[in-house]
Amino acid sequence: MMSLNAFLILGAILFGISFAGIIINRRNLIILLMCVELMLLAVNTNFIAFSHYLNDTKGQIFVFFILTVAAAEAAIGLAILMVLFRNRRTINVDELNSLKG
Amino acid sequence: MAATLHNLSLAIVILPLIGGLIAGLFGKKIGQSGAHWVTIILVGISFFLSLYLLKLVVLDGNTYNGTIYTWAISGSFQFNVGFLIDNLTALMVTTVTFVSFMVHIYSVGYMKGDGGYQRFFSYISCFTFAMLMLVTANNFLQLFFGWEGVGLVSYLLIGFWYQREAANFGSLKAFIANRVGDFGFILAISAILNYFGTVDYGQVFAQVPAIAAAQQTMTVIPGTAWSVITVICILLFIGAMGKSAQMPLHVWLPESMEGPTPISALIHAATMVTAGIYMVARMSPIFSFSQTALSVVLIIGATGALFTGLIAIVQHDIKRVVAYSTLSQLGYMVAALGASAYSAGIFHLMTHACFKALLFLSAGSVIIAMHHDQDMRNMGNLKKYMPITYICFLIGALALAAIPPFAGFYSKDAIIEAVHASNVPGAKLAYIFVLCGSFVTALYIFRAFFYAFHTKERMDEKLRSQLKESEWVVWLPLVILAIPSVVLGAFLIKPMLFGDPSLLSNSVLVAQGQNVLQIVGKDFHGPWAMMLHSVTTLPFWFAVAGIVVAWVSYILMPGLPQQLKKHLGFGYQVLVHKYGFDDFNQLVFVRGCQRLAKWCFLVGDVKIVDNGMVNGSGRLITFMSAVTRKLQSGYLYHYAFAMIIGLLAILIWLVF
Repeated sequence: MMSLNAFLILGAILFGISFAGIIINRRNLIILLMCVELMLLAVNTNFIAFSHYLNDTKGQIFVFFILTVAAAEAAIGLAILMVLFRNRRTINVDELNSLKG
Repeated sequence: MAATLHNLSLAIVILPLIGGLIAGLFGKKIGQSGAHWVTIILVGISFFLSLYLLKLVVLDGNTYNGTIYTWAISGSFQFNVGFLIDNLTALMVTTVTFVSFMVHIYSVGYMKGDGGYQRFFSYISCFTFAMLMLVTANNFLQLFFGWEGVGLVSYLLIGFWYQREAANFGSLKAFIANRVGDFGFILAISAILNYFGTVDYGQVFAQVPAIAAAQQTMTVIPGTAWSVITVICILLFIGAMGKSAQMPLHVWLPESMEGPTPISALIHAATMVTAGIYMVARMSPIFSFSQTALSVVLIIGATGALFTGLIAIVQHDIKRVVAYSTLSQLGYMVAALGASAYSAGIFHLMTHACFKALLFLSAGSVIIAMHHDQDMRNMGNLKKYMPITYICFLIGALALAAIPPFAGFYSKDAIIEAVHASNVPGAKLAYIFVLCGSFVTALYIFRAFFYAFHTKERMDEKLRSQLKESEWVVWLPLVILAIPSVVLGAFLIKPMLFGDPSLLSNSVLVAQGQNVLQIVGKDFHGPWAMMLHSVTTLPFWFAVAGIVVAWVSYILMPGLPQQLKKHLGFGYQVLVHKYGFDDFNQLVFVRGCQRLAKWCFLVGDVKIVDNGMVNGSGRLITFMSAVTRKLQSGYLYHYAFAMIIGLLAILIWLVF
């Protein structure tokens, strides 16, 4: 039987990796999207761990919702990425800085 | 009877205002003749009503003191509009409406063809209203209202020809000099309100003896204690100095000659400038309790009487000669007040109003004939062309020079004798001044007379061919004014000064032991005897000497003035520069103000307001936004980073 701590540490590590990916990655927008997905998965891990140890299935149901939403989000994100690439001919994050006044 | 007097005085005061408003507001509609008819008729009615008022008050002995309207109530203080009608007021009202009526008629001729015709008539009617408010007031606040009203109209009328720079300059100068006086006056009213708790004449006068007896003091400069009564009197007198053009606030009066001549006659000779005299006489129940204040009044008056007269000798502008003579005569009146001869001051005020208006209007008649050239160096021998004006000017000059039996003789002689009999500190010096003044007066006015009406003709050919006597609207007021200038003195001296009780005994209060008129009156045996007696007195011979000197230097030996000018260069320069008052004011006050204004502009406006506050707030916003703009980089990962950091911070804050 693995302890709850181990799962929480795993979740935190995943979250940290994805966070580092968002901050450090300056090249590829797809990696950015993947990092966001990974961040959601890290959260999901926590949900499932708590759900199991507290004997409450509500957490697992939440995970299904989050996965669904994440899939939809990924689809939309990729679609935006396509349009962006068509317009700007690049997916380099450093060049995408027009999100300001 | 009270109701009659109430309605009568209300009508006298209001009618000129109505006339002024009609002429001013509907001037375009009623046209030039409409404007002068409506104002002349209403002021004329006002004059005849005031004659009736004079009869009711002076002959029948009625008085009236009542409130017609409550202006404002503030706490326990009540400010009313009310009338105090007694002998002093009735005499003043009659003088004012009489001169005003004459000037209205005269202005029809003088202002003919002027662009601001209706405006002019509106102003002088409004002036009459303000002056009547001033003299009929029964409280200090209404007095102040009238005081400021005449000041305002005087300003408007001096600057009547506002296209001329000199007129604008003169009107500003008059306004500012009067502000200095008004400052003192309003301080006096504040002090009265503070110590007496009321501004009503009757209540204030009733409390004066108690406050004087208690020797109440106030601190003006820290560490000193001054008598309340003296401070109030001196502050009131500063107000009078401004309005009545006493040294050193006299500088505005000569400049006021830039206005139309009828104005000089009405405002700057006969009525407004005498407001200060009237005020001090009216306040005699206060002044009588302060020997110090009386001494100040006496010395300032006597100094002005002599020294401003001296300036008149070197003037070339005919109106300025008369203007300086006004200053000098006002000095005489003030000296009379200082000697506690209030009745003599008011008496001289009345005779002066007549003969000075006469002189001014005669000068105006000359100016019309000369096509608005006022320089006497271009005149000469006008008696040939303008006989009526000549005679009228001569009568005015004789009255001014105090030659018996003309009006000025009785009033001025009474003043000189009163100053002689006075025992106020400084009276000896003042007596010498007023005595020498009578020589100077005769000299300057007859110099102007000989210079303008005799000697050889100095005008150019074209003007000479057009010289003629003025039309009847101009000379008629001259003739009417000439009559009181001759007879008023002899007629009024007995009842006004030496009657028992005298005419003003219910209006003015003379302190015990200062009743100089009583002392002078012991030698008085009627106007005729006074006239005969005058040939043995100094003032008469001084005046005659003045006339003779003028005659010698302008008729007999025309080269003499030039010789004197050459040999007395320094004295001449002093007089031409008017003792440096103007230069001093120009240098200290005007330049000082300009410097101060420039400094305020450069430091206060440019640096603090413009650079600091207006541009500064702009710069601050620019700076702040430059800083905040850096936060918005546009990089997604910056925003995400900030979000995560924020989230962490909230978590930490929540957990710990």
